[in-house]
Amino acid sequence: MATTITKPETLFGKRVRRQEDPRLITGTALYLDDLKMPGMHHACVVRSPHAAAKIRGIDTSAARALPGVAAIFTGADVTGLGAVPCAASIPGLRVPHHHLLAQDRVYYVGHPVAVVVGTDRYIARDAAELVEVDYEPTAAVADPEKALAAGAPAVHPEWPDNVAFNFHQEGGDTEEAFRQADVVVRQRITSQRLIPTSIETRGVIAEWRAGERSLTLHSSTQIPHLLRTLVAGILGMPENLLRVITPEVGGGFGSKLNVYAEEALMAYIAMKINKPVKWVESRRENFQATIHGRGHVDYFELAALRDGTILGLKLKLIQDLGAYHQLLTPVIPTLSVLMMPGLYRFKNVNADVVGVFTNCVPTDAYRGAGRPEATHGIERMVDMLAQELKMDPAEIRLKNFVHADEFPYGTATGLTYDSGDYAKPLHKAMAEAGYEQLRREQAAARAEGRLVGIGLSTYGEICALGPSIALPAGGWESATVKVEPSGKVTVLTGASPHGQGEETTFAQIVADELGVPMDDVLVVHGDTAVVQYGIGTFGSRGTAVGGSALYYALQDLKAKMKKFGAMMLGTEQVNFSGGYCVDEATGKSVTFAEMAVAAYHAKKLPANTEPGLVATHFWEPPNFTFPFGAHLVVTEVDRETGAIEIKRYVCVDDIGRIINPLIVDGQVHGGVAQGLGQALWEQAVYDESGQLVSGELTDYALPRASRMPWIESSHTETPSPVNPLGVKGVGEAGTIGCSPAVVNSVVDALSPLGVRHIDMPLTPEKIWKLIEGARA
Amino acid sequence: MISNAFSYHTPETLEEALAMLEDGGGKILAGGMSLIPLMKLRLASPESVVDLRRIPGLKAITEEGGAVRIGAMATHHEIEISPVIRGKCPLLGEAASAIGDIQVRNMGTIGGSVAHADPAADYPAALVALEARIRLRSANGERTVEASEFFVDAFTTAMEAGEIVVAIEVKEEEASEGFKYEKVAHPASGFPVVGVAVRVKKSGAGIAMARIGVTGMGPHAFRARNAEALLEGGAGAAAAAAVVGEGEETNSDLYASGEYRRHLARVHAGRAIAAALTRAL
Repeated sequence: MATTITKPETLFGKRVRRQEDPRLITGTALYLDDLKMPGMHHACVVRSPHAAAKIRGIDTSAARALPGVAAIFTGADVTGLGAVPCAASIPGLRVPHHHLLAQDRVYYVGHPVAVVVGTDRYIARDAAELVEVDYEPTAAVADPEKALAAGAPAVHPEWPDNVAFNFHQEGGDTEEAFRQADVVVRQRITSQRLIPTSIETRGVIAEWRAGERSLTLHSSTQIPHLLRTLVAGILGMPENLLRVITPEVGGGFGSKLNVYAEEALMAYIAMKINKPVKWVESRRENFQATIHGRGHVDYFELAALRDGTILGLKLKLIQDLGAYHQLLTPVIPTLSVLMMPGLYRFKNVNADVVGVFTNCVPTDAYRGAGRPEATHGIERMVDMLAQELKMDPAEIRLKNFVHADEFPYGTATGLTYDSGDYAKPLHKAMAEAGYEQLRREQAAARAEGRLVGIGLSTYGEICALGPSIALPAGGWESATVKVEPSGKVTVLTGASPHGQGEETTFAQIVADELGVPMDDVLVVHGDTAVVQYGIGTFGSRGTAVGGSALYYALQDLKAKMKKFGAMMLGTEQVNFSGGYCVDEATGKSVTFAEMAVAAYHAKKLPANTEPGLVATHFWEPPNFTFPFGAHLVVTEVDRETGAIEIKRYVCVDDIGRIINPLIVDGQVHGGVAQGLGQALWEQAVYDESGQLVSGELTDYALPRASRMPWIESSHTETPSPVNPLGVKGVGEAGTIGCSPAVVNSVVDALSPLGVRHIDMPLTPEKIWKLIEGARA
Repeated sequence: MISNAFSYHTPETLEEALAMLEDGGGKILAGGMSLIPLMKLRLASPESVVDLRRIPGLKAITEEGGAVRIGAMATHHEIEISPVIRGKCPLLGEAASAIGDIQVRNMGTIGGSVAHADPAADYPAALVALEARIRLRSANGERTVEASEFFVDAFTTAMEAGEIVVAIEVKEEEASEGFKYEKVAHPASGFPVVGVAVRVKKSGAGIAMARIGVTGMGPHAFRARNAEALLEGGAGAAAAAAVVGEGEETNSDLYASGEYRRHLARVHAGRAIAAALTRAL
């Protein structure tokens, strides 16, 4: 048959609505706590109320006597099991043995001490209150700088200096750069502890099948395969008898890029009691016992010539690690150091990182993970330099940007920036905001005594994590594409999306490559028994790495389908396009479904070709990708109260090619919201004794929809040469670009009062005191 | 919610409810917007919970002879949209509309709010400015307490054991009055860091009557009588606002110190007075 085939419109670049949304919006999606197993028991974790204490004894008799209590486990039960893993490999790193339950000491408020298992969660909770732990409180230290001071309480008695590691990185000749400098600006800049606060807290169900000696772990995680490998290691069980399933995940932001004691504990308990056991974290536990983010005290020095040319940067970075290393705790500040030069050309950097133990819950990856801290630092320092030299903050940035013709660009910290044109988004943001006009309006407002600020940040970030050499467990990603006999297409991705929308973007890629309707594509993820091994979703890698693996698997599959098409058409020369194989000479074609049937029925096979239509590709990225952009924020400060109003929020993000602008909008909006959270509202506060004061959502101020400014988001598109899709990653860009732009704007507003720097969050009282101070 | 075990009662008359509270182990449940979170955190562990929702007549908002009577079980949203409230005591409606979010306003009740006496609740500022009276019922009968006497301390009221708030009574605002409720919302809880409720009545160029209620600043809502007197004596809004909170205790938390709260009370009193004056006829 001859068919006229028109090339279908591609879906790449289209605002396609998310496939996953109907089930999420209508409440029919299944989260961990929606799952119920026959005979399921419930666990409640007894946690330390002290930041530091010796455990003199634990009396569980009253708890055991409560009807419905099935079992109680304490530290002694798990001494012989493996530790909560840390994947960092920093030379000389001190790694405290992180037992699943506290042994003879507790190190932070929320430290798990015992687990009570009951027939329902009320009984488990009641019994947990009956567990009597005899604590002898000891001195605690919650502030990383105080922990470094002589005579500070030792978090771990074996390491009295509280130093977990020192890490040094340098490039160029910083001493020489500082000798040549006309001006050096110095500032201490903090990046406060933040609580990731996924709306769905953590949760685990473990099911043990004694007959098979197999265990299924349902966990709200970002990394099902790594979790399987590492939990199997903790328990000493064969990895292939452990299956991890991630149900719908209600947010992670990095906090579920981890292996937690409770995950291994529930697995262990299910085996011990031979019943399924469920644990769902309460919000208070989530605040006390799930990792926090950030926790930096940074001392920056920036050297420059009088004309604004930046020569070099020195940084002393103090990272608050908390009491233990979780999966990547010590790695996060090393990411900050890598991105310290930002978008600028200077080649001289010198950074010293000290990782400090404190009596607090560990810090680890939180949206941006190291890059927001670095970006906040360099973007604040560049603004301070501009203020010092009385230069326009846009001008000083344009003067120092890496030039568009210098890519690939080798940085002072050893990275190779893939592609970029840094002036473009800045010019675009300034044009969209009407920068010159804004400056005139600001001058007029100042003349009236109003405090109006214009702040810029031009950020760069490192995404698509990443080449395997840089990641502890590999940085590749995998995809399998199966064309079913009916012609439907199933994708198994090793990336484990949990809100990022890859069920949609991956279906778009498949639809474009195979010429099938998007609705015929099912994207499956998050089950280690179904999906080939994968690394997971974090570090803005899902599409850039996982999507690229998918792209290559699709090429393999297309090649095989073409063989079937050619055989069926009796020719060598066929084109595969739009869901058909076409004989170019005759115009005859076979359909996608016909080829699928032929491949499975296998009545006749092309030479050297196996039946079936399945292709798997593990893709190793040759480099990271480096998105960039410019955020411009206009603020006005209420002179009487210190309250900040965001008048304009303009952002131009270059994240490479865009597959689905609708999803990208969502990522930018969400990212900016969390950036605003850090800039204006959020702070995890421990008091002197190590109590978490911001322990509930009534104290910890998350960004609310009602407080969001209108976000004027647009893009420039500089394709990445690193991957076949040309994409870079967008999950964290908004967060990274946001906070320095907001702080720069408010500092600009207050600069007539002599204000040079303000640490986050910019609470109204803090601002008011600065205004009052200037008046005095 | 993983609370302690408790028994749950749904009396159908006030008498029944009062009888259930006699042994002292019970806690009244109105809208549940404060009690339920406290029970969830096990900061409150009542043996029994007496839910007032099935008692008829406790929701009514009525007006008679220049007085408005608001049933204790009227929700914030019902108060916010009530034509009686809008017409006769709009200040209370403005305060109601500032509470929490729409979900909270659909569940939470005025009776529950005043009985709980959160130092940062919105209503008390308006109630003291309106010189409202809280009507209480016990096995011994009924009594009323002036709002300014009712809020004694943080989470402490003039209620005695065995009493239930049955209504709030407010004298209607005169049509010529101007009013304003100004609030600085806490970014996490949504409660007022400070809330200031103002009523003013003009007399020529002067101010014949001023009432200023302040919530959030200290352990309980109070009337800024010194500032009211200055306004009525012709001292002007700025001078009056500057003395708000003088001599009063202050609260502080992570977000705002006592000093800053007092400052905010003054700034927002000034703004509320100005706004109320523009509304006064």
